[in-house]
Amino acid sequence: MPPYAGPSAAREDIAGTLRLLVFLGMAIALMIADSRMGWLRAVRAQGEAVAQPLWRLAGLPAKFGQSVRDEAVTRTQLSEENRKLRNALLVNRARLTRLQTAAVENARLRGLLGATEQAGLEVQLAPILDISLDPTRQRLVLDVGADQGVTMGQAVIDAGGLLGQVIDVHGDTSVVLLLTDPDHAVPVAVARNGIRLVAYGRGDRLELANVPMSSDVKVGDVVVTSGMGGRFPPGFPVGTIAKLQPNESRAFLVGELTPAAQLDRGRDVLLLKRVLRPTPVLPPPQTAATTDPSLAPPEGDSATASPQTTTAAGISDAAESPLQNAPAPPSAAPTTSPPTATPSTAPSPTAAPTATRDDPVRAGRP
Amino acid sequence: MSRARRPWLLPVSLAVALLLGLLPLPQILQPFRPYWLALVLAYWLLEDHERVGLGFAFALGLIADIVFGALLGEQALRLCVMTFILQRFRPQLRFFPLPQQSLAIGGLLLNDLIIASAMHAMLGEPVRSWLWWWTPLIGAVLWPPLFVALDALRLGRKG
Repeated sequence: MPPYAGPSAAREDIAGTLRLLVFLGMAIALMIADSRMGWLRAVRAQGEAVAQPLWRLAGLPAKFGQSVRDEAVTRTQLSEENRKLRNALLVNRARLTRLQTAAVENARLRGLLGATEQAGLEVQLAPILDISLDPTRQRLVLDVGADQGVTMGQAVIDAGGLLGQVIDVHGDTSVVLLLTDPDHAVPVAVARNGIRLVAYGRGDRLELANVPMSSDVKVGDVVVTSGMGGRFPPGFPVGTIAKLQPNESRAFLVGELTPAAQLDRGRDVLLLKRVLRPTPVLPPPQTAATTDPSLAPPEGDSATASPQTTTAAGISDAAESPLQNAPAPPSAAPTTSPPTATPSTAPSPTAAPTATRDDPVRAGRP
Repeated sequence: MSRARRPWLLPVSLAVALLLGLLPLPQILQPFRPYWLALVLAYWLLEDHERVGLGFAFALGLIADIVFGALLGEQALRLCVMTFILQRFRPQLRFFPLPQQSLAIGGLLLNDLIIASAMHAMLGEPVRSWLWWWTPLIGAVLWPPLFVALDALRLGRKG
């Protein structure tokens, strides 16, 4: 209080302090409601709709800069880039052809086993609106929205793998929650042997919590979406295990994941169109054997995949190929393992480059 | 005094501050982004305290939370605390020379950062990297030019 303050000033001081306390109380209540209970979803969605013009305006400089850069590139740079892209295309085409063979074969085998039906997936290219939101929360704003057919809960991927999911849709923008956000968790499976885990966002990294000590999980394992819960289609790479260590209780392992997707780079992402698919009753972890996660999201083509057996059947042709449409009885799964485990029935030299057949390993786990 | 000679400057400057907070920066510079909104609000608190008060700061904070996609109420709380302190010391601060003022502003921003980190830690939200502790310094350095520029705009001085 300033020295010249009289009694009325003192009263004003007290009133001011009270007002401050009221406002602080309101702010704290809001924060708890927002962080703990998620009551404010609707309010936030409304607010974001209002904030849209501001986002657009803030995104302009980046767009402008990009176009300037696009204009300024020289002919040599362009031809260089062109050459690189053409090479990449060639490699990918070759891979794709091999994958197609594998997919057809996979579909046939699956038909023999009476496995589940397959659903096609389509993707939509979506540019990122380049603005930076609160750095402690992992969000992304896309330059497409409800007008372009974006819906709540769509999975977002890039060339590397899963990126996150759409959590808010407005007129022509939408907000993506990245995998690494602390509010995010994704059901995953180890590609090598199908052990199912959950990957949690931890701010700027991904963590596999509560990995049983006895489970066959190693550093370097690739982890893909398991399709449990039905939000994410199965088979998209989530990350690679970079570190494994016991947690505080020493009863479980905690794994650190290097995300497969480029979370902080890139100008465009792919939105997976939701495909409604009846989720069958899930049998125990199954042959995730013929899996090459790096092949999971083929450009443009609709990837097909069925719950918990992972991608390799990921080419659109597979959907048309002869396939028994019998719904998978849960009991069918265990009986399927033995034939695939015997090496003789697993020829497929055309299968994806890094495909492994570790069924014996899987069979060895508790 | 020529108070409120340009009534549009207040909302416009705050909108610009919000925009500056949203602008994409290279990944390396990201943590060094000053808290523009607090700086501009501090200016208006010192120079035009009749239009700007606790309620205003609270509302502004809520808007900022929605625009930045932050925890709802976080910036409302931070800006309210800053407003309260600035209101208490307004008579002194107003007549500080600019360098001294910017020191005080730096102190305020540091206090703000401590509050923010404490809140995040308590609510179990991720805490920003240690690089963020540079931002009060950057804010303090930016204060004199910002003050002079806003003054010139507000009072319509030429040159």
